[in-house]
Amino acid sequence: MALTENIAAQRLQGSGAFALELDGVARHFGALVALSDINMRIAAGERRAVLGSNGAGKTTLFNAVTGDFLPTAGRIRFFGEDITDLPPHERIRRGLRRTYQISQLFKGLSVLDSIFLACRGVSRRRFSLLRPKASDVNMVQALSILHAVHLESDRDALVATLSHGRQRQLEIALALAGAPRFILFDEPAAGLSPTERRDLVAILNGLPKHIGYVIIEHDLDVALRVSERVSMMHNGRLFKEGTPQEIEADPEVQEIYLGGKHG
Amino acid sequence: MSLTIPTDGAATEKNWLEKVGAGHIVLAVVLVLYPLVASDFFLTQIGGYSLIFGMLGLSLMLLAGYGGMVSLAQITVGGIAAYAIAILGNNNSNVLGFGWPWWLAVPFAILAAALASALIGWISVRTEGIYTIMITLAIATATYYFAQQNYAIFNGHSGYAGIRAPAFWGVSWRDPKPFYYLCLGLAVLSYAAVLYGSRSTFGMTLQAIRDNPRRMRALGYHVTAHKVFAWLLAGLIAGLAGVLLVWFNGRVSPGTIGVDAAIDVLIIAVIGGLRHPIGPFLGALVVVLMQTFAIDIVGAERFNTLIGLVFLVIVFVSPDGILGLWGRIKPHLAQESLRSGP
Ligand SMILES: Nc1ncnc2c1ncn2[C@@H]1O[C@H](COP(=O)(O)OP(=O)(O)O)[C@@H](O)[C@H]1O
Ligand SMILES: [Mg+2]
Repeated sequence: MALTENIAAQRLQGSGAFALELDGVARHFGALVALSDINMRIAAGERRAVLGSNGAGKTTLFNAVTGDFLPTAGRIRFFGEDITDLPPHERIRRGLRRTYQISQLFKGLSVLDSIFLACRGVSRRRFSLLRPKASDVNMVQALSILHAVHLESDRDALVATLSHGRQRQLEIALALAGAPRFILFDEPAAGLSPTERRDLVAILNGLPKHIGYVIIEHDLDVALRVSERVSMMHNGRLFKEGTPQEIEADPEVQEIYLGGKHG
Repeated sequence: MSLTIPTDGAATEKNWLEKVGAGHIVLAVVLVLYPLVASDFFLTQIGGYSLIFGMLGLSLMLLAGYGGMVSLAQITVGGIAAYAIAILGNNNSNVLGFGWPWWLAVPFAILAAALASALIGWISVRTEGIYTIMITLAIATATYYFAQQNYAIFNGHSGYAGIRAPAFWGVSWRDPKPFYYLCLGLAVLSYAAVLYGSRSTFGMTLQAIRDNPRRMRALGYHVTAHKVFAWLLAGLIAGLAGVLLVWFNGRVSPGTIGVDAAIDVLIIAVIGGLRHPIGPFLGALVVVLMQTFAIDIVGAERFNTLIGLVFLVIVFVSPDGILGLWGRIKPHLAQESLRSGP
């Protein structure tokens, strides 16, 4: 990953101190207000957890940032650049990545080919009519990611045949491809076994330091171990921010969050 | 994160014979030797005609099987190439006919078809599923009526006649044997290109977009551009088939690109199977054999009923068409063939 780190480090120089800045971001679904007046600053390289009960608007926040669903109001800046009106693929090419709460994979493709496509998506020759060689730079990157997420044994398996846990690992692998600068993880630990959770924490803590992320996670054990700051969401609003220790001790948080944990 | 250079042992050890596959070689030998036993009628009306419609079906298989986009406009795209050959080259309808040599008219005709296909794709990629079928049907129908009513370019309902396959390299390509080999050569070329391309970067992106367009956007892909490019490639194959078709018929008229022909192409692709590029050729052979012989047995009136029944039976018994049936009889072979499919 040395090469990847170099590229990302170069990109970091000369860009703003904030990876992500949200100003008054809102999203309505008809009459339903899923997000309202979100103001958020996340520093480059910062690791942030977002907590909140089901339906709080966490996934909608991610969708607004990646452009899966555009916000109905507000501006979003990524490393100083206003990306509010960019289509999703342009945001990704600028170094943004995400995983999905419900795995979004390619059931007819093999594991390695899926990761290869993730690497090629932010690279050149996306329209190549030639078969990639084993020495192709994106194929070599894909193999290194394959090892990093412990999917070697399923390298040529069709995605549709993978177990739930392995699909979640692939979901993460796709977000690690091609020199990410900032990653949004949407409940990556959901449905994982205790061992797989440990692997996940190791992967997150093992990411190069310049890569920041936001992680939505119900499991406090995971969330508080992989983040430096925590934001709390409720009914489409951000209502509290602090260190993991502050948040864990907060009585209001305990009432709302722990009460709605399995809701 | 450690880095390991892949050693793709299986691929490097394979010799060319294993790469091509025993099935392909047996099939190629049969097809090359077929003229030794076939009459002129069987060479052209069955052999050549099946290969041409197989190519039209292949262009649909590329879009539907790999891209998840079901088009009813493939005969329209082929028809554009056919009309272009009539207009740019020679015809005896006393309308247009620029008299271009074949080596100039053919690339232009195929290019025109590919660009038209890309345009149809660009219009229809905003839609999904049944709406793609509807919009391409609308385009096919509109083109049919336009060709019928436009005399300046399409020469109305009579179209163009007197179009002849060229003679070059000392061969008269309209004679049965040369024409069969011409169709075979171009069909094999298209088939091999699609089979190879299915594992290319672009082929993988197309299949990934079929499975999950949203995720492809979240990996940095301009999904619409990839879909339109697939239409362009499908248009090259349909255009090539259109050139052969106009040489085969010696004429082109709105009837060539009618809705019934559009549906024939869909039936061919679905009967044969959309999971592997060999499917449309199997489907074309079955449909052409039925069209040729079942009409004599059951009569023209009941022929459409018969083809409809065969369609229903195959789709009910095996959603993957004849390819799927084959898979039930010879599971290990089908597995092999499907591995390189989507
Ligand atoms: N595509 C959508 N259409 C309509 N309502 C939606 C859509 N996506 C989310 N919502 C609604 O927005 C609210 C927030 O949802 P979400 O962001 O998924 O919550 P969380 O991820 O915090 O559990 C919920 O009430 C949900 O029903
Ligand atoms: Mg959610």
